[in-house]
Formats: sequence, structure tokens, C-alpha cells
Amino acid sequence: MSLATNRHPFANPVLHSIWTIGAFLLITGTSYTTYFGGAQFVHFLLGPATVALAVPLYENRKAVLAAILPMLVALVVGSLTAIISAVVLAEAAGLPRGVILALTPKSVTAGVAMGISEQLHADPSLTAVSVVLTGIMGAIIVTPLMNRTGITDFRARGFAAGIAAHGIGTARAFQVDAVAGVFAGIAMGLNALVTSLLVPVAVTLLVR
Amino acid sequence: MIASLSLILLCQLIGEVIVRGLGLPMPGPVLGLLFLLLLLLARDRFALLATGPLSGGGVENASRVLLANLSLLFVPAGVGVVQKLDLLAEHGVAIIVVLAVSVVVTLLATVATFVLASWLKTRGEDTP
Repeated sequence: MSLATNRHPFANPVLHSIWTIGAFLLITGTSYTTYFGGAQFVHFLLGPATVALAVPLYENRKAVLAAILPMLVALVVGSLTAIISAVVLAEAAGLPRGVILALTPKSVTAGVAMGISEQLHADPSLTAVSVVLTGIMGAIIVTPLMNRTGITDFRARGFAAGIAAHGIGTARAFQVDAVAGVFAGIAMGLNALVTSLLVPVAVTLLVR
Repeated sequence: MIASLSLILLCQLIGEVIVRGLGLPMPGPVLGLLFLLLLLLARDRFALLATGPLSGGGVENASRVLLANLSLLFVPAGVGVVQKLDLLAEHGVAIIVVLAVSVVVTLLATVATFVLASWLKTRGEDTP
């Protein structure tokens, strides 16, 4: 279906798989634990897939080295924007403190985000949900949004997708352009590291 | 294929062990990524390493397959949303709006910074 709609962003296989399976579980009264038991293998592959990012990184190493400075600057700005915008918007929306804390690491990959959430004594499964929602929304909106800005540098677009929408954004970037995918993968890995370091600081400063 | 996957898993394992052992603030697989990268770079220098999965595009193919299906790997975690439906019912709309606006702002800030920094860099290189 994704290919049939010419990879239209809304025909995102992840989104449709999730709601279809979710609906199925609800209708048949199957517990999530039962489902997850069977889906363990698929979930487990997230680890090797992260390691596998080394290959496109290696294959494009010259382009990466040439862009190291813009990458580092964009990494810091992007990571901070993701955290701060989440906190500021959530407070403006009057969300409870526990929810705000759970939302702060939503730009990084699920495993790391949940770890950060636990450190903050927030709810890790709410964090996991916000991570997936962020990833899906980011992946859907990135191409139309970037086309609107008229920016054609796929390294920049890919990097932004990796920062804002982690793995799902990276997957989407790979669909669009291989170089974008590489930069997205790097952004995702680096953001996981930087966000773990920045969230505790941001929370102390910004959350009431 | 099996050998390639084993190599990838081995890198991941080493990464996880080191991260846990040293208490590093990063996910194990990310360190595994660095390790695999080092192996690939070392392979350029030391032709001896080009055996098994590191030769004939073995690990490259395995990587391509994993990454081609990357988005689907998030589905099990995503379905976890069914456990949180009551919380979502209460704050759902606010949460989604916050996340949506945040992701757009982050995308724009990141891409603008990258492009700007890149442009400044090339300009700095052009002027003597």
C-alpha cells in the first residue's frame, strides 16, 4: 500500500500496523503481554538494527567528515529544541508534572528514552508511547514540511529527521534518500547520547 | 547471512557489556555501532580482516535488510499504546498537540541550523 500510494507519507506502514494490531487486540480481548511475548523477536531486532547503522555511516564517511561542524551545531540546537519545546508546550497546556517529565525524552529512541524517564521517576510506558507518536508524526510531516521550506540539502533534512523523530524518522529518511538516511542515523545515535545528558539539566531548570 | 548477523550481534553484545560495566549514559547498541564502524575502518587498513562476514559484502547485505525494515521494528513497542488508553483519553489531545508542535519546531530548528552552519563554513573557506 505504501508503494502503491507512491510512498505518500500518510501511508506509513508503522502507523497502520500499530492501529490495526491495537484494534485487533482490543476486539479479541487479547492482552498486550500476550502479544508482546510473540512480538519479542521483532522488538529485539531494534538492537542489531542500531548497530547496522555503522554500514551506511562507513560507506558515506567522507561526506560525514566534511559536514562534521554543521552536524555538531545542529545536534546541540536540535536536541535542546526538542526537550525545551516539549516542556514549555506541556506546561502551557497545563499537563500534570508527571506527564511533562515523561514527555521530555520523546525525541530519542525508545530504549534510551525509557531509561531517561525512569531516572526522572516518570512513567516509562507513557514515554514509550510518546516516543512512537513523535516518531510517526515526525516521519509523516518531514517530507512535506521540508519541501515547503525549499531546502534541498538532504544531509540537513536527514539529520533533522533523525533528531526529531529518531528511528522512525531515520527509516523514513532512508526511504527518501540514502544520504539523508545516513545522516538521520548518525543524528539518532548522537541525540540519544546528548539528550541523556541534557534532560536532567533541563528538567531542573524548567519544570516546576 | 547468519555469520553477518552474528557479527552484528557480537558488536551489540560487546557494546552492552561495556556500557553496563562502565555505567555509560548511552544505549549499548550505539557503542556496538561504533565498534562495527571501527572494524569496517580497520578492514581498510588490515586486509587480513576481510574474512567471513566482513568480505563479499556479507555484513553490508545484512545491514541493508535490517535497515530496510527499520520502521516495522517499532510496531511492537507502538502497540503498547493500548495499555495507556485511559491516560490518553484524559490528556490525549493535549499530548498529541504538544508532541506535534514540538516535532515541527525541532525539525525546523535543526534543519535551519545545519544549513546555516554549512553555508557559513563554505563562506569561510571561500574568503582567504
